[in-house]
Amino acid sequence: MDAENRPGSETPCVPSESLSQKLTNPSRRELIKRVGLSASVLAASALVGRAVWDQGGFGAATSSAARQVRDYRLASSAADFAELAIAKPKPGDPEPTAEQLVRRVVEAMGGMKRFISRGDVVVVKPNIGWDRMPIHAANTNPDVVGAVIQLAFEAGAKKVVVADGSCNDPNRCFQRSGIWRKAYSLGAEVVLPAEHRFRTTRMKGEILDEWPIFTTLVDADKVINVPVAKHHNLAKYTAAMKNWYGVLGGRRNRLHQNIDVSIADLATFMRPTLVVVDAIRVLMRNGPQGGNIDDTKVLNTVFATVDQVAADAFGATLIGQHRDNVPYLKMGHERGLGTMYWETLRVKDV
Amino acid sequence: MEVETSSVRVKAHAGVTLDVAALEHALTHDTESSHAHVEPIGWKTGEVGAVQAIDRDASWTPKTRRSPEAVTQLIPAKPPPRKEPEVMAAAEHARASAVEAALGIGVGTPQKKKKVDPKRPGSGIPARRSIRVLMWARRASQVGFFSLFMYFLFQTGFHGSFAAKADTPVRLPLPVEAFLLADPFVGAMTVLSTHTVYRGLLWSVGLIALTLVVGRVFCGWICPFGTLHHFFGWILPSRKGRGAARVAANKTHERRQNVKYYLMYAFLLSAVAGSAIGGLFDPICIAVRAIGLGVIPGLQYVAHRGLGAVQDVPVRPLQAAADKTQDALASAVWGSHQFYFHQTWLIVALLVAVLFMNRFVPRFWCRVLCPLGAFLGVFAKFALFGMEKDHAKCTDCNLCLVHCQGADSPQGGVKWRQDECHVCLNCETACPEDVIKFRFLPNRTSALSAPALQRRTLLATTAAGAAFIPMARIADSLDVNYHAKVIRPPGAVEERAFLERCIRCAECMKVCPNNALHPALFEAGIEGLWTPILIARIGYCEHSCVLCGQVCPTGAIQKITEKEKLGLGVPPVKIGTAFYDHGRCLPWSMQTPCIVCEEFCPTSPKAIWVEEVEAPVRDSKPGPSGEQPAMLTVKLQRPHVDPSLCIGCGACEKVCPVQDQPAVYITSVGESRSKSNVILLENTNYNQKT
Repeated sequence: MDAENRPGSETPCVPSESLSQKLTNPSRRELIKRVGLSASVLAASALVGRAVWDQGGFGAATSSAARQVRDYRLASSAADFAELAIAKPKPGDPEPTAEQLVRRVVEAMGGMKRFISRGDVVVVKPNIGWDRMPIHAANTNPDVVGAVIQLAFEAGAKKVVVADGSCNDPNRCFQRSGIWRKAYSLGAEVVLPAEHRFRTTRMKGEILDEWPIFTTLVDADKVINVPVAKHHNLAKYTAAMKNWYGVLGGRRNRLHQNIDVSIADLATFMRPTLVVVDAIRVLMRNGPQGGNIDDTKVLNTVFATVDQVAADAFGATLIGQHRDNVPYLKMGHERGLGTMYWETLRVKDV
Repeated sequence: MEVETSSVRVKAHAGVTLDVAALEHALTHDTESSHAHVEPIGWKTGEVGAVQAIDRDASWTPKTRRSPEAVTQLIPAKPPPRKEPEVMAAAEHARASAVEAALGIGVGTPQKKKKVDPKRPGSGIPARRSIRVLMWARRASQVGFFSLFMYFLFQTGFHGSFAAKADTPVRLPLPVEAFLLADPFVGAMTVLSTHTVYRGLLWSVGLIALTLVVGRVFCGWICPFGTLHHFFGWILPSRKGRGAARVAANKTHERRQNVKYYLMYAFLLSAVAGSAIGGLFDPICIAVRAIGLGVIPGLQYVAHRGLGAVQDVPVRPLQAAADKTQDALASAVWGSHQFYFHQTWLIVALLVAVLFMNRFVPRFWCRVLCPLGAFLGVFAKFALFGMEKDHAKCTDCNLCLVHCQGADSPQGGVKWRQDECHVCLNCETACPEDVIKFRFLPNRTSALSAPALQRRTLLATTAAGAAFIPMARIADSLDVNYHAKVIRPPGAVEERAFLERCIRCAECMKVCPNNALHPALFEAGIEGLWTPILIARIGYCEHSCVLCGQVCPTGAIQKITEKEKLGLGVPPVKIGTAFYDHGRCLPWSMQTPCIVCEEFCPTSPKAIWVEEVEAPVRDSKPGPSGEQPAMLTVKLQRPHVDPSLCIGCGACEKVCPVQDQPAVYITSVGESRSKSNVILLENTNYNQKT
């Protein structure tokens, strides 16, 4: 804007003033405007710079988010019901269906209504880790998952979500495990582990601090852990506690360097409402992936508890392992997550 | 998709509303460029039929223009146009005026045969209804086929199904490679290299049949890459690329347009020499490769970052909407995790470059480089459908050239290039003078159906194409120094047969659920550019997956079944062998338990087995009074590979926690397709046919 040419300018318009003088000597108003503008741009850049100033150092990247535990357990425990319910084939019924077995153990635990309130969003977390078919017993039996979904709906759940973070290609794992089809046919929502479903969370872990967490599995009112009992070459035996590997994203392969502590950390972070362990067909060797039907053994067993440590301590006996050989059980026991002496619980064979 | 800006229309009007006086004036006063498009030429003599094409008449050059005197002699010989535009405009004006109504009708209506559209330039004769309908059908066809192509590309990947049973074999429900199967250039290359037509490639005969009837309609109506260029040729040109510049760009440029023929013949000779490298230039292959490996993963990256950033906004519904969008995109478009492709920047850069060329020469790719277009051009020569021109009626308005796609000389006074024409029908639609007629069995007096190739250039380029293959093979990459990282997909045939078949279409890389297959840069030698190699660090070969073979259009990867791949009753398909780098392996050198590799090893029995050892390890902390740290003992499982069981899937390499350079890695040795790239004696059987 040319101040000199404006009418009413403070500078008197002297016609005799030469053009060069006009250009070299700006008016006072012009001077104030121009200097003021420069100063304000300088001030603005200084303010922005100060606001986003990074002082560097390693501390800058450390998260200040609060450490979290996800506890979905019932607040009160009832005295009459079983604390560990085990369903096995009865003499008169050598080949019970998965649904019968699940119904029996849940009934012994006090019925699904005890665990699920009307209108709850229930997450059912099976093991869908591997591209294996039900006969290979590397994933949870789809009929067990189906029975749990069925019971949850019967107890009044608003929505049942089935999800897991697979090891192999998730599409293939979900389809070939038979769980996708089963869950979908029962009206449950099946969520595959897509990248955007993971958010970094701080866990109360000894070695697991910040990890990407599969949010679908933790955004729920109630969480039912439905693992499969199987052999694991490094951890000896895995089921309930190790099943929480499925909530982790990122590069899980590093966890194996301290698999026992990481399993205990995860079981500290995730405290499910109920644990229903599938031991209908159990992988006895070459776990956790298996792949050979000869490595599996039909036990037709399902057991339920709210104590993840006791579940795994009992389950280990099914493949001939002992709790003393499974270090993560001892850690869980010592951390007070449960008891590895499952015999001390109210055990009901049904 | 045609350029129809007002500036073009004004120019066109200026060009066609010529009367004799104005033309004379223009010619005598304006000698240079601005009126070049109203160049008078000898064919405006009222004769209809065969004329000497000026672009083939050696005596005619811009410099040997006729003198103005000659022109004025010529012009009276031209009969006045049947319908003077001025008269028509006057008639139109008169209709509006009640006073002059009778006079106007009396002047305008006698012997009128066709209804004239006053908005059209020139005589305003509208194109036939059938042609206008066909032009819109073409646009619909282009949009439809492009959408179909993109849909197939999105579906080139296993998305799983809630309906499938556990034992249903995993296959894609759609023939996602259909465009490649219909590609006769791919068919021809593989016929020349393998002397057979592989399975679905027989469909390409259908496209040849279509071309023989109606010419290169594939280029104008079907080809998704052509449609992309059509679109960019419309949207990209600058203001300078419109009007006269566009007309100039759309004139047949024979030397330039012959390049594609030389390329096509060179690639066919390379195929004869044993390598289908023509796939590098096949438009469908380029479209799949560049869009599938570059554009789609790029968009996925942007969408993931963008919608992920929405999570930082503390508004619940917004976050939920972003999540839902990501869900929908993941299930319908690209899959649940980000795909990465090795050195794909080069593929994308070349796509951008060739699309950008549309700024200067519309459909540069189609006219100049496309070997499939050239191949179809050879067959278009015999097409039954074609153009007839009535040169006498042409007023040189050049509207046909403004809209021409193939640069096939639709304008009057020159011969139509049948082999270059995409049959888009824009020229006939645009022509206001009734010059151009498409019809079956046209008279061929004003058509040229084959390019005038230079025999020496042709010989030189085809020889180069044939010589390229031995040149590439003596560069040590195949016979003597086979690259350890050239790990081919499961079901791939022996390397020589593979190179005979692989057209680098990238279907296998796109379909791979684990992002394991990548376009090779120079790992497989210069000849193997963009052929698929498995990079296990990015993704391993999923044990029960045979999708790469399912989508391979040429049989470079055979359609094996799960049984064959897993080795149920037959030896399994091996693509390589795993090796341990003990210096980097945690249990081997750092006394730390790990064996993730063993856990992921999918074979049964496992090819990775572990040895239980008690190994000494030094404590990390020094003793209480500063003495040497104590020695401890740890129980470890140390992994080993059984090469007779290892199938080279690379799952171990993928999951190895030693992040940058894994402690277990696969190389191609031991691949079951080769009888020479082996370790074990029992796999070396020279009596067996390869």
